[in-house]
Amino acid sequence: MLEVIVILVLALGVFFLFVGAIGLLRFPDFYTRLHATGKCDTLGVGLVILGLLIYHLFYYSDTLLVCVKLLFLILFILISNPTATYALMKAAYKTGVVPWKLGDERR
Amino acid sequence: MIEIELFQKIFLAVGLLIAVTILLCIYRAVVGPGVFNVVVAVNVIGTKTIALLVLIGYYFERPMFFDIALLYAMLNFIGTLIFAKYLERGEVCSR
Repeated sequence: MLEVIVILVLALGVFFLFVGAIGLLRFPDFYTRLHATGKCDTLGVGLVILGLLIYHLFYYSDTLLVCVKLLFLILFILISNPTATYALMKAAYKTGVVPWKLGDERR
Repeated sequence: MIEIELFQKIFLAVGLLIAVTILLCIYRAVVGPGVFNVVVAVNVIGTKTIALLVLIGYYFERPMFFDIALLYAMLNFIGTLIFAKYLERGEVCSR
């Protein structure tokens, strides 16, 4: 039963990472690429580390400090990755990168 | 134990899949038009490397890789913020 939960969470995380990578490749504009990666990457990496945390919690339950480390890693990623995305988007908007409209060329 | 070997194989497969997504992002980091696309791609690669480092720590059973992953997360975040500040203002440290 435990293997099923861990494999499901890991597979969901890898799925979100793939969706983010495909969005980074195929979207036509800088802002839309940011839209794809900013959310999918945070969720994917968070789910992969959450699956490893569940694995650690059941198989190596004598070293709980590592679980705390992984929990802090998830929290730090959840805070830092949207902040970095926001800072990049603000920098691009202030330096004059024009948003893409329907019918424009791919940039 | 059999289950440990099963999890070793699963971790190897997940690590290889994350490596494939990193290869997909390297295309955008090399080709991408403009400097902003390159910075976004490098940030995404750094974020995926954190998950890859934790997976390596479980695959080779070395717990010190988690500390390296924490440090790498902080370095990636600070690097992206400084790059955004530099691209926005033209200088990193203004007096």
